[in-house]
Amino acid sequence: MTTDLTRLAAAEMARLLAAREVSSVELTRAHLDRTADVDDEVHAYLCLDVEGALRTAAEVDQRRIAGESVHLLAGVPIAVKDVLATRGLPTTCGSRILEGWIPPYDATLVGRLRTAAMPILGKTNMDEFAMGSSTEHSAWGPSHNPWDLTRIPGGSGGGSSSAVASFQAPFAIGTDTGGSIRQPAAVTGTVGVKPTYGGVSRYGLVALASSLDQAGPCTRSVLDAALLHAVIGGHDPMDSTSIDAPVPPVVDAAQRASVEGMTVGVVRQLGGEGYQAGVRERFDESVQLLVDLGAKVVEVDCPSFDYALATYYLILPSEASSNLAKFDGMRYGLRVLPSGVADPDAEQVMAATRDAGFGPEVKRRIILGTYALSSGYYDAYYGQAQKVRRLIAEDFARAFQVADVLVSPTAPTTAFPIGEKLDDPLAMYLNDVATIPANLAGVPGMSIPSGLASEDGLPTGIQFLAPATEDDRLYAAGAALEAALLDRWGGPLLDRAPELPKGA
Amino acid sequence: MTVTAMVLPYEAALAAYDPVLGLEVHVELNTATKMFCGCATTFGAEPNTQVCPVCLGLPGALPVVNEVGVESAIRIGLALNCTIAPWSRFARKNYFYPDMPKNFQTSQYDEPIASDGWLDVELSDGSIYRVLIERAHMEEDTGKSLHVGGATGRIHGADHSLVDYNRAGIPLIEIVTKPMTGVGERAPEIARAYVMALRDLLRALDVSDVRMEQGSLRCDANVSLRPKLDDDQETVPLGTRTETKNVNSFRSVERAVRYEIMRQAAVLHDGGRVIQETRHWHEDTGVTTSGREKSDAMDYRYFPEPDLVPVAPSSEFVAALRQTLPEPPGERRKRLQTAWGYTDLEMRDVVNAGAVELIEATVAAGATAAGARKWWSGEVARRANAEGVDVGEYASASGLTPAHVAELDQLVTSGRLNDPMARQVLEGVLAGQGSPTAVADALGLQLVQDDSALEAAVDAAIAANPDVTEKVRGGKVQAAGALIGQVMKQMKGQADAAKVRELILAKLTS
Repeated sequence: MTTDLTRLAAAEMARLLAAREVSSVELTRAHLDRTADVDDEVHAYLCLDVEGALRTAAEVDQRRIAGESVHLLAGVPIAVKDVLATRGLPTTCGSRILEGWIPPYDATLVGRLRTAAMPILGKTNMDEFAMGSSTEHSAWGPSHNPWDLTRIPGGSGGGSSSAVASFQAPFAIGTDTGGSIRQPAAVTGTVGVKPTYGGVSRYGLVALASSLDQAGPCTRSVLDAALLHAVIGGHDPMDSTSIDAPVPPVVDAAQRASVEGMTVGVVRQLGGEGYQAGVRERFDESVQLLVDLGAKVVEVDCPSFDYALATYYLILPSEASSNLAKFDGMRYGLRVLPSGVADPDAEQVMAATRDAGFGPEVKRRIILGTYALSSGYYDAYYGQAQKVRRLIAEDFARAFQVADVLVSPTAPTTAFPIGEKLDDPLAMYLNDVATIPANLAGVPGMSIPSGLASEDGLPTGIQFLAPATEDDRLYAAGAALEAALLDRWGGPLLDRAPELPKGA
Repeated sequence: MTVTAMVLPYEAALAAYDPVLGLEVHVELNTATKMFCGCATTFGAEPNTQVCPVCLGLPGALPVVNEVGVESAIRIGLALNCTIAPWSRFARKNYFYPDMPKNFQTSQYDEPIASDGWLDVELSDGSIYRVLIERAHMEEDTGKSLHVGGATGRIHGADHSLVDYNRAGIPLIEIVTKPMTGVGERAPEIARAYVMALRDLLRALDVSDVRMEQGSLRCDANVSLRPKLDDDQETVPLGTRTETKNVNSFRSVERAVRYEIMRQAAVLHDGGRVIQETRHWHEDTGVTTSGREKSDAMDYRYFPEPDLVPVAPSSEFVAALRQTLPEPPGERRKRLQTAWGYTDLEMRDVVNAGAVELIEATVAAGATAAGARKWWSGEVARRANAEGVDVGEYASASGLTPAHVAELDQLVTSGRLNDPMARQVLEGVLAGQGSPTAVADALGLQLVQDDSALEAAVDAAIAANPDVTEKVRGGKVQAAGALIGQVMKQMKGQADAAKVRELILAKLTS
């Protein structure tokens, strides 16, 4: 077989596996070989599980040969963001403080991947504890954008987005607290979905901000995202915030691929000042395509979205300051003894460990959150932020009375050069200005490629938002637009990405 | 190292100051599993064998509320006459400590499950004091630190510490009273009576083992003093309080409160200021010592627990739980005392021995109330005490049932056995030799019923002891004891001593 297996869609890989035209071992090995070739440059993975992935692949092949019925995606390999607990595989969350920790248990969604017999290739890079929009805050060095290796692949899930965009995995798991699936998708020309809050179990997802975190698919097509969503979604009794209802009919919706009769709302507050002209241009073009496809387009007003970023940067650090308290060197991970202290007590060891183990962005947010929750400041900061959060949810509710889905550019700019915003946290935070409202309200969002910006030739993304538990609308609309764009481009956008240099 | 503080004599302290009392009681629920995970809760298991990712606070793990724990909390709230919140939330209490796996405790803050109740407690003079309850809320216990190598077992001076997380995540209910003002000299007694009444209530609810010595019932005593003024005392502002921990018995509760009143009075009397702090009670020396200072600087940064959904019990659910409440212990005790005809003192012994249920079952099985009490809070309680367990545990461990005791009582009241014989039979029953009748049969124990044999023995004793006989005839009735002893010996113990005495006196005084 001469075709490069790694460039196929996951759905196509699944078809070939089912037809036994290709084996899972071949497919898995093809991806591992690709990683060996390109990941020195891309740095998508923090660790690989070559043995485990090939073992799972071989087992699936055996089961297929034996005529057993297996899951649709059985044997299709996958990459998992390093923020999810994987039994027997290191899980660092991009932080030194978890160096050496090997979880004794699987996150629920990882368990579902294993049940579906999907080989797990490895764990992908991320900003430390998912705090960042570029992977530059990873303790293990940044990942690189396959479109331009001097640029960021987005964050925090830049490892997953770059792995998928560089064909090192057909798809990957990401997590999205303020845009960490969608923004990396936008800047790498891939698809990313943040499901409805509670749609995918958070058990085993190392919490950044519990009320905002949500895991979801990172893929190269809307259908692949739907197939993966169906595997990982659904109720989990181990997560109290998990929705006790079946997964929305996402695969059907992706296959239907239609916006006929849909009303699409363009959010006035997301897309004006601060958005790169090329991003805006590709967005407008996509909106016009949606009209051509039979959608009605209206403008919707969500005035409280202007306060979303500020609100987010009070709620997130508050929850994070508490969630990250457990990393103290007492039970697992890094332990650092304070220097110059003869007989340190537990508290001094905790302080020394946290000082050495956490990077500057994590410390910044822990301090912010600790302050915001302090007595005397709680009402003014955390309390007030919760009120604005409710207003944002009300804005969404009003908008969804007139529109079935909302759209906006996913990120205000294309991928920026590594290092450019590292010393300017506020500029970095602005990357998520369009994605954050969905997390605050718990509604689902999807980013798909909308083209290349004319000024720099880098990928741009369009974001779809739907009401909570109506995730299938994203897939119907996203797949419709995707098909129209592929038509226009004459093939996948990623075909236009440069060839990556192959390592030694 | 411990500096013994100056104390003012109790009467002098009370003459100058008005004590204000507040009690926080932590109750470990007896649920089969922990509050937020499925781990077992068995007391005394090997360290760190009842743990999982959730209660160890491993990265990524999430809590799920134990529904039985919530039910117990609501039942406790109802039994304490509280309002049950239709909507209540958990909150995180943030502070760093090695025995707390997440470095926050999942607790409740401004939205507790139960609030505004009361509990009537009976004092020694028979009067009733109503303790007002501020709130009862749900939370999880911490792990247990063992400090190794120091002289005191405390963290200071220890070489290293070991942590057992078996206790981490055990469901706790914290019950907080409102400040009790105007209780004066009765403060220590009220404190003890309240904790005992709470113990009885929780035991009747069957929600906790309520064993202070095992830590399933823990009391923190808050005490403050304010100057005693002549007129309207209620307008005098409250003084600075201390919170005394490590109070592990009912007696300690009383002693610790009394000690704090005397200590604080001495501080104030000398013109000093009471420091707001945690103090530790020392059972052996009977004093409290300063623990960590608990100033306003301690900021727990409470916020609603985002990993849990609110607890919103429907009114139907609460009403159904109300149906499961037992008769209040105070009322039940009064009812049983009247039915059994016990004195107040006898009843208190029975309650303290934890034998109320056993006696109830024994009476139901046909025993006299007096007989049931005699065995359970007498011989059996003595044996249980010697082994350091309570009567119920002793009974279940040895296989002694209320039916056995009822049978034993009947063997005595029917005249077949006397007390020493019955004790011998009990020994056999405890040794697993069968029912009391079976044991008595096997040992051939049977009081002699044959009057002629008894009379012959009596006559022989009288004939053999002319001097004693003379004394009895002369009116010294107590001298008959020697004769009774001889007859009993002659009968090898198998005679009814009362009957022997009757026969001797009849022969010598008629």
